[in-house]
Amino acid sequence: MTVPATGPRTASDIAAGAELQLLEVTLTLGDGDTAVTALDRVSLQVAPGEFVAVVGPSGSGKSSLLAVAGGLQRPTSGTVDIAGTELTTLSDKQRTAARRRHIGFVFQQSNLLSSLTVKEQLLLPLHIDGRLDATARARAAELIEAVGLSHRAGSRPHQLSGGERQRAGLARALMTSPAVLLVDEPTSALDRARSAEAVRLISEQTHERGTATVMVTHDTAIMDAADRVYEMVDGRLS
Amino acid sequence: MFLALRDLRFARGRFALMGAVVALIAVLGVLLSGLASGLADAGISGLRALPVSHFAFDEKATSEQFSRSTVGQADWQAWGRAPGVEQAEPFGNTLANAQVTVGAEKGEQINLAVFGMAPDSSLAPDPTKGERLKEGSDGVLITREIADTGVEIGDVLTADKSAVQLKVVGLVDETISYGHIGVAYSTLETWRHLHYGLPGELPETASGQATAVALTLKPGADVADVEKATGTHAATKEEAFGASPGYAAESSTMALIKGFLYAISALVIGAFFTVWTVQRKAEIALLKALGASTGYILRDALAQVVAVLVGATAVGTAVGLALGSAMIGKAPFSLSAPAIAISSGLLIGLGAVGAVVAVRRITAVDPLTALGATR
Repeated sequence: MTVPATGPRTASDIAAGAELQLLEVTLTLGDGDTAVTALDRVSLQVAPGEFVAVVGPSGSGKSSLLAVAGGLQRPTSGTVDIAGTELTTLSDKQRTAARRRHIGFVFQQSNLLSSLTVKEQLLLPLHIDGRLDATARARAAELIEAVGLSHRAGSRPHQLSGGERQRAGLARALMTSPAVLLVDEPTSALDRARSAEAVRLISEQTHERGTATVMVTHDTAIMDAADRVYEMVDGRLS
Repeated sequence: MFLALRDLRFARGRFALMGAVVALIAVLGVLLSGLASGLADAGISGLRALPVSHFAFDEKATSEQFSRSTVGQADWQAWGRAPGVEQAEPFGNTLANAQVTVGAEKGEQINLAVFGMAPDSSLAPDPTKGERLKEGSDGVLITREIADTGVEIGDVLTADKSAVQLKVVGLVDETISYGHIGVAYSTLETWRHLHYGLPGELPETASGQATAVALTLKPGADVADVEKATGTHAATKEEAFGASPGYAAESSTMALIKGFLYAISALVIGAFFTVWTVQRKAEIALLKALGASTGYILRDALAQVVAVLVGATAVGTAVGLALGSAMIGKAPFSLSAPAIAISSGLLIGLGAVGAVVAVRRITAVDPLTALGATR
């Protein structure tokens, strides 16, 4: 599980096979009569540099898929491998550390911290990991440039538009050079033109930086940018 | 403090309000401790200045013993012979009113807390000006509070009703008082005249009496036998403070007010940080989803708590000290560094306890809530 902390990944990393692998993952929520099967024997492999979209109506288990793939929730059965590490065998603490190092989340409505500037939003994940140094600062500047927010680096979330927030959220997720990028409904707060632009940027960054990207959405209009598209219905992936 | 500091800056209005509350409580804390020390000084600084470790009172006197206890010559002699007793001296204590009959302030009414003692004992003070007490003379030594009313060396004070005359022979230039009244030192003889209101020759019964036996005991001395033999009870000097008029009531009132103040401030601080933490719930979930450990978030939050408490307490203490300095001399007020340090320390410590209870909620936040539209 030696993934370089910063810098773009090499071709050999990308060729190493699936960075994200879910095998026969089942997630049951609640128990007894009220038990709901959120994920039903889901298997999914995503290679480095691959952009996978999962579409489905709300309640179909899309968010659960991200929660399990991102190590936020332990599946009832099945295994989750990220960058060669089996998440399902890790302790809570180790999972938190794995989340910190190998997984980038782009949340719905971007989920930025209200008191931080764009630049600080990007530095935060590295501060959490105790790696806030000159390299990190340079990388933050590079990523802000890459998502086209250079003129907004010192702005706080309330000064940004929805699209700008989404781009800041993407840049933050990429700060730790994650092996896996998980994107939750990136366009829920955006209009059509901005949605297309946001998804194009995610696709672009996925290919450029070699992340294994999974995006869940109910917005079928933005699927075209993905390399593969799955549909999720009642916890099953097809 | 990456996030905590930026939150402090971003939500400065809210934190300033909270800080102002803490600062005002700190001001009140300084003023209250100043008042408490001032009241204590006014109440018992005369006793504190006496070079003794214990007082033995008549065991039948159980409260305000300085007003109620009487001991006899046999008692202090027995104490003097007891093992573990380095020194045992008769000590007389009474409050008196007198009028200046000779002196610049002629006609002025003076309140006196008279301490009677043998002139050759260690209790007798060294005057800053004038002469020491002398056996067989009606001289008294006054302290600063009495001197401030204009009484000078050479003046004669005449006690009301009994007309016992006191000649001022010396001045101890310190603020030494007892029961909020300036102390005057006299011989035991003079004290007895004042205490019993008898000028002239004292009757036999009165001449061998004092209020208490002032003792210097060796550490750990066992005095149970002599206590039993003399029918007296030895109290430490600190315990004896409670035997002076009003002292116990004053200090317990101040302690009660301060206790409530600290409890209220801990609750207010706890309530503030509870609301603050609840407001931040979504951000805490996000931090956890980003891979922050609970420890990281707790450290960050506690650093913020400490920064707010220490900053606000420092400002409040500084303001309190400024206000307090202006009050010295106008009210029973004295600033003592240890008392203020304790007061500020308690405010920070108890506030931190309140806040810790509040920020513990951080541990319960589920990172899962960062996903989906549940926010």
